[in-house]
Amino acid sequence: MWGKLGWQAIPLDQPIPLAAGALVVFGMAAIVVWVAAKGYLPYLWREWITSVDHKRIGVMYCLLAAVMLLRGFIDALMMRAQQALAFHAPGYLPPEHYNQIFSAHGTIMIFFVAMPFVIGLMNFAVPLQLGVRDVAFPTLNSVSFWLTAAGALLINLSLVIGEFARTGWLPYPPLSELAYSPGVGVDYYLWAIQISGIGTLMTGINMVTTILKMRAPGMSYMRMPIFCWTSLASNLLIVAAFPILTATLAMLLLDRYAGFHFFTNEAGGNAMMFMNLIWAWGHPEVYILILPAFGVFSEVVSTFSGKPLFDRRSMIVATMAICILSFSVWLHHFFTMGAGGDVNGFFGIASMIIAVPTGVKIFNWLFTMYGGRIRFSSAMLWSIGFMVTFVIGGMTGVLLASPAADFVLHNSLFLVAHFHNVIIGGVLFGAFAGYTFWFPKAFGFVLDERLGKAAFWCWLVGFYVAFMPLYVLGLDGMTRRLQQYDRPEWHPWLLVAALGTLIVLCGIALQIAQLWVSIRGRAQRRESTGDPWDGRTLDWATASPPPAFNFAALPIVTSDEPYWELKQQARARRELITPEPQYQAIEMPRNSATGFVTAFFAVVTGFALIWQIWWLVILGLVGAYVTFVALAWRDVHETEIHAEEVARIDRANRGARAQALRQEPAR
Amino acid sequence: MTTSALRFAHDPDFGPPETVLGAASGHGSGGPAPKRIVVGYGFWIFLLSDVIMFSAFFAAYAVLFKNTAGGPTAHDLFDLRNTAVETGCLLASSFTCGMASLAVGQRNQKWTQITLLITGLLGLAFLLLEFHEFSGFVARGAGPSRSAFLSAFFTLVGCHGVHVSAGLLWLGTMMAQFYAKGFRQDIRHRFLCFSLFWHALDIIWVAIFSLVYLVGTLPPELLP
Repeated sequence: MWGKLGWQAIPLDQPIPLAAGALVVFGMAAIVVWVAAKGYLPYLWREWITSVDHKRIGVMYCLLAAVMLLRGFIDALMMRAQQALAFHAPGYLPPEHYNQIFSAHGTIMIFFVAMPFVIGLMNFAVPLQLGVRDVAFPTLNSVSFWLTAAGALLINLSLVIGEFARTGWLPYPPLSELAYSPGVGVDYYLWAIQISGIGTLMTGINMVTTILKMRAPGMSYMRMPIFCWTSLASNLLIVAAFPILTATLAMLLLDRYAGFHFFTNEAGGNAMMFMNLIWAWGHPEVYILILPAFGVFSEVVSTFSGKPLFDRRSMIVATMAICILSFSVWLHHFFTMGAGGDVNGFFGIASMIIAVPTGVKIFNWLFTMYGGRIRFSSAMLWSIGFMVTFVIGGMTGVLLASPAADFVLHNSLFLVAHFHNVIIGGVLFGAFAGYTFWFPKAFGFVLDERLGKAAFWCWLVGFYVAFMPLYVLGLDGMTRRLQQYDRPEWHPWLLVAALGTLIVLCGIALQIAQLWVSIRGRAQRRESTGDPWDGRTLDWATASPPPAFNFAALPIVTSDEPYWELKQQARARRELITPEPQYQAIEMPRNSATGFVTAFFAVVTGFALIWQIWWLVILGLVGAYVTFVALAWRDVHETEIHAEEVARIDRANRGARAQALRQEPAR
Repeated sequence: MTTSALRFAHDPDFGPPETVLGAASGHGSGGPAPKRIVVGYGFWIFLLSDVIMFSAFFAAYAVLFKNTAGGPTAHDLFDLRNTAVETGCLLASSFTCGMASLAVGQRNQKWTQITLLITGLLGLAFLLLEFHEFSGFVARGAGPSRSAFLSAFFTLVGCHGVHVSAGLLWLGTMMAQFYAKGFRQDIRHRFLCFSLFWHALDIIWVAIFSLVYLVGTLPPELLP
């Protein structure tokens, strides 16, 4: 009846996961009770859970990423503590638990922190920058988000019920095959990623359609803001790469569940085919993550330097070059496979070539800053910190791209240092810059800058202290994922690295404090014009938080920076120069519980598949189908916002802007 | 497709022709494209992603083609007659699906239902033939667990079969919707997506027919 599920699935004999699981369960229960007691549940259901508004969904994506960042960071602390203690000693984590921790850390940080964070920022900002009212498929957008959340929930369930994979963030066979990993850990991994992967693929389809088919009148491709360009490239990569991930993991699932022989040692299976397929997704994946971050930096650097981005055209070409080249470098993840000198040579050179457009971008940002009147706000600090850090990470990447060097450094801590160097220094700094930059747009008040800057410095210093020692250790021969070791010369470096994570911990604590202080003092931090940073793109042309319909009238785009030019004219005359539009009623998509209900059934189905409870699998699938038919049967898809309501909201914002123009000091 | 595009050209959701031509064309004119374009375009992107998923299974099949582990080879197993009938069913169902598009364009409930029903029956016949082939293989000890080659074969062809099954479920739902709700705009958009999906499955089948069955039944000495 209950498949493989029994009481033995609860890890009563292991205090650490049990305590962690209990903490999560109690934490979630406490939040639910608090929300219910305060009477916020109807509000949450109406305004957030069933919302199909791209801005709300974007915020929820970022929130999911922030929560999962805490979980992934606790894993990181545990690993660093283990390696600091495990010199000539077993440490405090037994090997099978340590293996689960590094697997969970990587899986969570890539799939449930980095991905939702950049998708959240794209969701929030792209339609605003394009000057339109929503994404192409708003209800699908909500389904995407909730499927991602469903995957995250399944990963966290593995803390309490059963175990997680011990096979690393990419489950390489034959270790991940049933013969060597008979538990449910790998199944948790596979189903969580399949479910959230479907959500990501749908986001990709949605965003590509939005960017290519839904832009404000007059916004030609070359007039699109750079963040929209990098989002387009990123989502094209999602559409082209995620199906490969789905297919590859489906093959591994068939091996595990139905005795197929794709990657097994027996009957002609080919484990190296898994490496090829998974990295044919996995390398584009790193550009899926970094390209939106590049877009954020472009917007931030341009805004806080008070200049248009230096040579937009080359930035766009570089972005699309990376988009295409990213599919020609995957083999550098396994030069040691022994594909031969010619194949390794090709992929080594391709990997070095892809550094060129990235270098072009660095110069674009530097020349944008050059001669600019730079304001060192915390968003700008994240961007400058990124430029310095990412260049180091990029150069160690070029070192690794040389097959001869890679044979020595493969799977060493040098590699671990390299990819943390580019993911933390690139993706995460970009996500934090975007978070600081668009927070006032999303909520109408500015985050505390003092705490934000302190958090930045802790993260920056903590990053260097934590990861530069890993370069040294890698060159010194230490391989990744060691649960214990007996080389005395490694020990001091690992102690330094552990200290680095503690400095990062301070950074995270400061970020939480920043959020707390800013929300508490939001009344004084209110920003009424909707343009707190003196922005240049259309997202700053509307109120903060933007109304559900974003723009009372769709903006007409006549140049690269239409909003900036209008603003300059308005400043010269010290009054608004656009006449009040003819307000009309606006049709907006209706809320829908489809996303939430589908995700509920996805969790049920995923859980049942992991534990092989077949009747529950069927129940979950039927439930999902019924949900979609219910959506399809709906007669009313849209609600109307009355012209008076549109006028009221827009006039309030126009009033605030007019007042700000009058109060601005003369130039 | 050309005829149905012309037919929809004076639909309210299609917009006047000049808007359609200028909409989000990338040259600075127009604005957000009309709903019908957006829906069709998005579905095309989905189909492209689906083709990429199939290409991964095709690649796996190509890699594992010779890994028969001493078991039966493609040449031993495949029967082109069965495959020819399957192909006939699927291509004919695409034709009747096209007829259904015409009937939907004319708002003809009777012919919409009839042509969709025939489409579904042909799809069902295809699935039964595929099931017959698969169960025959399993009965001869050539199931998917026999060798890596057979794993890849069952997965590639089976994935197409799963798509056809999902298509049948969608088809039934479409018929019920046309019957219950009539030719409403959103339902016609949905039908546009369905017909794209159904034709795309044909294209994938043509690739399977050529690369799996035709290549597989070549005399072994002709294979590289």
